[in-house]
Amino acid sequence: MSYSDKVIDHYNNPRNVGSMDKSSADVGTGLVGAPECGDVMKLQIKVNRETNVIEEAKFKTFGCGSAIASSSLATEWVKGKTVDEALAIKNMDIVKELSLPPVKIHCSVLAEDAIRAAIGDWKKKQEAAKPVASAVTQ
Amino acid sequence: MSTEVKVPQQLPVTHHAAPQGVKLPIYMDNHATTPMDPRVLEEMLPYFMEKFGNAASRNHSFGWAGEEGVETARERIAKLIGATTKEIIFTSGATESDNLAIKGVAEMYREKGNHIITAVTEHKAVLDTCKRLEKYGYRVTYMPVQKDGLVDLEDLKRAMDDKTILVTIMAANNEIGVLQPFAEIGKLCRERGIIFHTDATQAVGKIPIDVNKQNIDLMSISGHKMYGPKGVGALYVRRKNPRVQISAIIDGGGHERGMRSGTLNVPGIVGLGKACAIASEELSREAVQLASLRDRLRDRIMSRLDETYINGSMEHRLPGNLNISFAYVEGESLLMGINDIAVSSGSACTSATLEPSYVLKALGTGDDLAHSSIRFGIGRFNTAAEVDYVADRVIETVERLRELSPLYEMAKEGINLKDVKWAGEAH
Repeated sequence: MSYSDKVIDHYNNPRNVGSMDKSSADVGTGLVGAPECGDVMKLQIKVNRETNVIEEAKFKTFGCGSAIASSSLATEWVKGKTVDEALAIKNMDIVKELSLPPVKIHCSVLAEDAIRAAIGDWKKKQEAAKPVASAVTQ
Repeated sequence: MSTEVKVPQQLPVTHHAAPQGVKLPIYMDNHATTPMDPRVLEEMLPYFMEKFGNAASRNHSFGWAGEEGVETARERIAKLIGATTKEIIFTSGATESDNLAIKGVAEMYREKGNHIITAVTEHKAVLDTCKRLEKYGYRVTYMPVQKDGLVDLEDLKRAMDDKTILVTIMAANNEIGVLQPFAEIGKLCRERGIIFHTDATQAVGKIPIDVNKQNIDLMSISGHKMYGPKGVGALYVRRKNPRVQISAIIDGGGHERGMRSGTLNVPGIVGLGKACAIASEELSREAVQLASLRDRLRDRIMSRLDETYINGSMEHRLPGNLNISFAYVEGESLLMGINDIAVSSGSACTSATLEPSYVLKALGTGDDLAHSSIRFGIGRFNTAAEVDYVADRVIETVERLRELSPLYEMAKEGINLKDVKWAGEAH
């Protein structure tokens, strides 16, 4: 199978490889896939809690070249977007950008899942941190 | 709380200059196919344009020249395996030979029984043929293999019954190079009057074969796995002690004693014969050389990388085969990183069906390690310099990909990956 130049580029020069502190209140971590399937992606975002803008994103992937490229691209795309804007990213956008063949479309689906999982994790943290309104008798 | 960046932003890929004496790309996938030996090509050439006659043309010198080439080849193949010339049938390759052997016995011995025994690690040419026979009402037992890839002889004995007419078990496996105890299997079959076929595609010319000493009744041979041409192979069919008969699967003209009709591929057959003649001369020396190169590759890789696992028995193995899993790194991404080297992987991502290697699965290798496996097939034309280069590139690529791998990170943190509840994916 021959890869598109963009996939090769992301494979040779992956963007935003790394890890963030997942216990941090501003970090959302998405871990999707399974080793038995040959695809596991970890995608993390650091969100500015005032603006909801994703300021930093990191990824690590166990998977084929297309999976690595899809997740690398995902971190590039979410940076600078608000959380809601990032939720609008669709796997077919990734397929188009990387010229993924049909047999590799599932890699882009997993990348989209990873974005959602990271955002979902961050949102859960924000919910949990909200002060509980209580009736306090003065 | 600060966010910590643990690895460099970009991991540059080093550009690789080929070291002295190494020509890129390197071919190390000799189980898939082999380059033709120049001596084989030279032997074949006259049969295309000068000695081009149909070997079945009895009445003129063009035919006789073709026939002579074919008969010389037949002798050379027979000599390599300890057979007689009358026992060699030419086919289009081992896939056809497997089909002919299995279907040929099934049809011929239908009255005697309808049970066939094979193993789960066989090549698809055997497995799919057996599946088709199941549709026609035959019973097939697919023997499991042990962790080292070998069939258990006691299990095999227990599987045999009075309706068993054929056991078909390969001599050497194409993925993991493991050698089955085929001489003992043949003996068990002989004692019970069961016909024994072995797909010896990967074994002929690489390990010593003697159809009498090893109790073989039928054997498939392939040209292109032994530095000969593609599109030609042979089937050994025993004539004595006992005499084995098979029904033809191709009709039309009655060539090859009625067992395989069709004009003979004379140049191809001549090539196969020459490949066998070379193997007869060079097998012992070459086996030592290949084993030495293979062990060099293994030791160089495994001394520098941890969590690497060899798939299949090292003791009972083809001298040129190495099949290793590199934990936490997926096979196709590894191949992409060593794109100046030709090898193959058991990863699902490299197969058209997205299924990981069924051979590795049969060993009990977890799917995750099956996805992380690479098969190296060292051959006649590989050198020590190539082996060193390949080892170094593999090491460097695995190290790089482990830095990218969330599984490696988790393992290093002491997490047992088997305990993790994975999200699974939208498959």
